[in-house]
Amino acid sequence: MIRGDLRKMEQYFQKEIETAPLEELQKMQSERLVDTVKRVYEKVAYYRERMDQAGVKPEDMKSIKDLKKLPFTYKQDLRDTYPYGLFAVPLEEVVELHASSGTTGKQIVVGYTKHDLEIWGDICARAIVATGGSCHDKVHVSYGYGLFTGGFGLHLGAQALGATAIPVSSGNTPRQINILKDFGSTVLCCTPSYAQYIGESLHEGGDTTDQIHLRAGIFGAEAWTEQMRKEIEKSLNIKAYDIYGLTEIMGPGVAYECSEQTGMHVNEDHFIVEVINPETGEVLPEGEQGELVFSCITKEAFPLLRYRTRDIGILTRKKCSCGRTFIKMSKPMGRSDDMLIIKGVNVFPSQVESVLLELGYPPHYQLVVNRVGTMDTLEIRVELSQEMFSDAVNVLQAHERKIREAVRSTLGIAAKITLVEPKSIERSIGKAKRVIDNRQK
Amino acid sequence: MDIKQISVFVENKPGRLATITKFLGENHVDIRALSIADTRDFGILRLIVDNPDQTITLLREAGYTVSITSVIAVAMNDEPGSLAKVLEILYMAGITVEYMYAFITRTKDHAYVVLRVEDTKDSRARDILMNNDIHLASSEDIYSL
Repeated sequence: MIRGDLRKMEQYFQKEIETAPLEELQKMQSERLVDTVKRVYEKVAYYRERMDQAGVKPEDMKSIKDLKKLPFTYKQDLRDTYPYGLFAVPLEEVVELHASSGTTGKQIVVGYTKHDLEIWGDICARAIVATGGSCHDKVHVSYGYGLFTGGFGLHLGAQALGATAIPVSSGNTPRQINILKDFGSTVLCCTPSYAQYIGESLHEGGDTTDQIHLRAGIFGAEAWTEQMRKEIEKSLNIKAYDIYGLTEIMGPGVAYECSEQTGMHVNEDHFIVEVINPETGEVLPEGEQGELVFSCITKEAFPLLRYRTRDIGILTRKKCSCGRTFIKMSKPMGRSDDMLIIKGVNVFPSQVESVLLELGYPPHYQLVVNRVGTMDTLEIRVELSQEMFSDAVNVLQAHERKIREAVRSTLGIAAKITLVEPKSIERSIGKAKRVIDNRQK
Repeated sequence: MDIKQISVFVENKPGRLATITKFLGENHVDIRALSIADTRDFGILRLIVDNPDQTITLLREAGYTVSITSVIAVAMNDEPGSLAKVLEILYMAGITVEYMYAFITRTKDHAYVVLRVEDTKDSRARDILMNNDIHLASSEDIYSL
């Protein structure tokens, strides 16, 4: 394959596939899906049992239209088969392992063959090129290197592209800044919150963006808002791009953002994405919000089928100005585990968080759901900050009104806003107790 | 002439006000004047105390949400019609009073009232009142009452 230098002027890393006509793409997906299902049925006892239970045989799978016949795979399945029960190749073909602990429960482990790592490198190279990247870039990777997939994905991507990977890993911010300045890093890869922190530290240390050479950032692995994007772009004087991935499927690079910055293209030659109703499992049409489900169709070592990500998003095949034909997914809006249905409307605590951040308020809040008669009511308690406080009642009431109106327009639901004292909302480590649902009592 | 008013955010739940006032008492803060503005969900406790700077620090350290506002303290003859005269002057000058409350303590001849006018018109209000021979209490007067 022609890589790197010959393609430096191009907008795509693998143009033929990234801009393939839909029909061609879906034909390829169908073939790859049929092969993968056949392979896992033969090689993985767990899949065979699950498919037999569901009454599906590999012969029943003729095209992507048959995907919905397959049973879902859940995180629990990965735990139940820990460590190697879902591997579809003998371990001697596995060249790398990664693991994810998650915040809930036992860790899971995933494996890659040599070919899997090549694909991982390719999809991350696509992500770098989509930011205007080329072999001339110096890709500064501040994701952690280790069992976590964050660091290695973009590292492989930089190398696949022929760019220079700088494996700084996470932490030691003064050193990060020195490397940015001295090595001339042009692309920064890390979590968006760490990018914000690097920006703040740079300015606090008396430096300006004139002393660094960054032109773009590729940020993922946690939720972030458009407001954060603007702040990071300003503080580091770069364009900030989103990237999506999860250890179970591959790691970062499953989907990547292009110059349009309006959602992420899913690498459909390697993954099939569906959106489903998390309650019923029904596949939803394009444009509807639901849980993202991924199937791997080229992976050798760990090819998950219909994996329930718990991430909530929307898919669209609307024509993209970048020319890529891959379907686009929205930034995940929340986790399906956190979804509340209030007055028939799907509500995610993370949406409330976004509203508060967009308005410039600290994201300390709690949702209280009650049922009065047959009517659901939503109260949002918001911690007052020192800056919001005033001696005048109308100033505080204006804060309440502003939040109420933003919640109504974003969530489509009326909520009562209650300002509460700072630090009065219980915080468990890392995760505040966001929801009190009194309807179940 | 600047009187510092301390405002404290009070959630509308049983015992909150008792807790705050107990805290002030234990720390020997002497309250000269107070008022509470309340809505259904929260209240704002406004205080004039003997040592505002120290009190603010105390409250902040204890985790309360507080702010400092400059207010006008008017000293007037303790007789019918005095307050009306002050308010008339401000009204004629087009200055709105946001809120007001009276002092708990008073001297033999004088009663004191705290006035909070629109932010932008604070200094004008002071000038107009003084030009009309209204006596404004100084911070020393108030804190040492």
